[in-house]
Amino acid sequence: MASAAEKPYYYVPEGSPWPLSGSVGLCLLMVGIANTLHYPVGEVVDKLPDGTEVLRQFGEHWGHLSVLAGALWLVATLFFWWRDTIKESIAGLHEGKLAGSYRQGMLWFIFSEVMFFAALFGALFYTRWLIVPWLGGEGNNAMTHEVLWPNFQAMWPLVTNPDGSSTAIMGAWGLPAINTALLLTSSITLTIAHHALIAGERGKLILFQGATIVLGMIFLSLQALEYVHAYDMGLTFDSGIYGSLFFMMTGFHGIHVTLGTIMLLVCFLRILKGHFSADNHFVYEASAWYWHFVDVVWLFLFVVVYWM
Amino acid sequence: MSVTTADTHHDDHHHHAPTGLKRWLFSTNHKDIGTLYLWFSFAMLLVGGLMALVIRAELMYPGMQVVDPEFFNQMTTVHGLVMVFGAIMPATVGLANWMIPLMIGAPDMALPRMNNWSFWILPFAFGILIAAVLMSAFGEGNPSAPNFGWTFYAPLSTKYGPASTDFFILSVHMMGISSIMGAINVIVTVFNLRAPGMTLMKMPLFVWTWLITAFLLVAVMPVLAGAVTMMLTDRNFGTTFFDAAGGGDPVMFQHIFWFFGHPEVYIMILPAFGIVSSIIPTFSRKPLFGYASMVYATASIALLSFVVWAHHMFTVGMPLAGTLFFMYMTMLISVPTGVKVFNWVATMWRGSLTFELPMKWSLAFVILFTCGGLSGLMLAITPVDFQYHDTYFVVAHFHYVLVSGALFTLFAAAYYWLPKWSGVMPSKLLGELHFWNSLLSVNLLFFPMHFVGLAGMPRRYADYALQFADYNWWISIGGFWFGLSQIFFLAVAVRCAMKKGEPAPANPWDAPEEDLEWTVPSPAPFHTFDTPPVVK
Repeated sequence: MASAAEKPYYYVPEGSPWPLSGSVGLCLLMVGIANTLHYPVGEVVDKLPDGTEVLRQFGEHWGHLSVLAGALWLVATLFFWWRDTIKESIAGLHEGKLAGSYRQGMLWFIFSEVMFFAALFGALFYTRWLIVPWLGGEGNNAMTHEVLWPNFQAMWPLVTNPDGSSTAIMGAWGLPAINTALLLTSSITLTIAHHALIAGERGKLILFQGATIVLGMIFLSLQALEYVHAYDMGLTFDSGIYGSLFFMMTGFHGIHVTLGTIMLLVCFLRILKGHFSADNHFVYEASAWYWHFVDVVWLFLFVVVYWM
Repeated sequence: MSVTTADTHHDDHHHHAPTGLKRWLFSTNHKDIGTLYLWFSFAMLLVGGLMALVIRAELMYPGMQVVDPEFFNQMTTVHGLVMVFGAIMPATVGLANWMIPLMIGAPDMALPRMNNWSFWILPFAFGILIAAVLMSAFGEGNPSAPNFGWTFYAPLSTKYGPASTDFFILSVHMMGISSIMGAINVIVTVFNLRAPGMTLMKMPLFVWTWLITAFLLVAVMPVLAGAVTMMLTDRNFGTTFFDAAGGGDPVMFQHIFWFFGHPEVYIMILPAFGIVSSIIPTFSRKPLFGYASMVYATASIALLSFVVWAHHMFTVGMPLAGTLFFMYMTMLISVPTGVKVFNWVATMWRGSLTFELPMKWSLAFVILFTCGGLSGLMLAITPVDFQYHDTYFVVAHFHYVLVSGALFTLFAAAYYWLPKWSGVMPSKLLGELHFWNSLLSVNLLFFPMHFVGLAGMPRRYADYALQFADYNWWISIGGFWFGLSQIFFLAVAVRCAMKKGEPAPANPWDAPEEDLEWTVPSPAPFHTFDTPPVVK
């Protein structure tokens, strides 16, 4: 590792096997997912003469193993990749311009995530403001309505679909409201932890960082509970456009909260190891930005998916 | 503006250039990764080109002779996907990798390992896509490759898509991940690693156009990811995003797709604008006319590209107000585009023009791209588009802007910068043969498509009415001629890679001395600008 005296103007790392390795892992994962979709575990593959159904077991198609291998491969690759990065950080190579690169890179990554959610929000608004009224005959669509589904009633949330199937509505003021409070609180505890890190108050940092992670985990547990309720009520992923949008949007948000929680957890472990200092804790800051980002997405979700 | 280059390329590097396979597989060097991108994109150009030749072979005569219609559909689909995502986009990323650090005086791309990941995802992603085609052609039972057109409209791709659609969706996800990481790298490099004194308004226009392209990429690739994710769940988990029976709408797919797809068009052409804006001043011996207006025009085109998407869907039955909005917005784009063409012409006005190969390709671009732009303006007019929609007129239009537009500037860029990349001058003879054959054949290939299109020949069909037969024969001759002409370029590139040819000086074209890339030796050393030059 370069000493302070010979620190380069901009640190360009030596060749690294991890990017290629990550591509191999990603490819295994993707091919595995596609094959698993076509040969799902638990699908009925045969019926015995006595009427019992034979279900496909895990591992009966190589795609299942490919998913597992790809996921593990990818996680292992990222672990080793970031281990290299952490070593560089501890060696002091991340100061100056490189720190700026990481910060800007993270901000643009979050922007790309914003645009991903924008596509889903766009789908929600398009459905609610255009598709459903049009199916109900609004504008110049009277004949469409009359010919295709004359009994269809335009409303939102869409409880009865054009084809007659129906679904249930998830209200805003039960679990979702509690979850909103939890996530908002977690953003506050995270900010307190961040200030404690900068002020060098280790005990306070550990306490509030831990609290943030616990709040995130409670959020996820309640979200899982809410999904169970939804399925019990008949609000399912395949119950029409309302269910599609509901699970797609809250589901992807949940995946992001999970990722954020893992990021905060890794930061927590690194805090315990004493990796961060008041002026060198980029990854902590990046995780915090990410957490605030999922928080803001949730607020929008709460308003337009659950409430309005 | 002058440049201090002392101390910029000292030879005693702490780490030596890696050798062998590791150099390419594990690279963190922007030049090597750029080279990988460029070779990959050229390979994809040949693969996509072969598919185009299958299409042209089938369409040479009326009736069915070479492939069955089912395979024909797969060819039109994968040809488009390979050319857009595999040939044009990675080629411009390769150029960005090679040239942006050299042009702004940066030691490398800002995030070198992520840079390599952006590249190495692509061979796997296209491996998945092309495997589908190979299985369709040679596999047991010939399972269909994606066959719904490169725009993969629902419900063709959802309810009626072949099994390979799910593999296609996941390979698009991989391409998206690659593009987003590549784009973030460009933005961060440009914002963070410019040499001292290299202010934004001193940057070469290629850097500007790529910066804006990168912004478009980060903004719209995630939207494409959203679209294909909804496709995936519609296909596999019973959601009804694009199915009216469940309260969704297939037209919503088109809106989301084109919200990505129209900026995507500019993602492919803006770097081309940057390339010719570098080349024309060099061979006119004059500074670029209207630099600032070029920057603002590029930004305007990018912003407008977000509010014109539905001009791809005029015939789908939108409310009139929406149709009018998208028509006027689309026509507005011709203003900044016209500014650019005017500026290129004004740069040449009273210049001391010489016509070396990069300039020849650039001039061909300016004329033929303008031709494609004008047919675009015709298509923008809604009532007229009702007649042109989904005919060969559209095919002619976008091939004029993408082949004689984007692809021609990629060749211009290659001839312009090959001396810097390889250290040898590209063969003049082979280059001239490449240029003149391509120029003549591309027009024979695409110009008659305007006529058959206006006469009503629909696109994406494996057969056509007899009155289109003569034109289609000529179009196919043009297609084979254009395809074979690219072998000259393969020879040029291989000769340069093998260092065969006249050694190139540092600045072989007498380019303006403020262009930093010409201040380093040819070939460019493995590491350049380890300490930044000072731009005054």
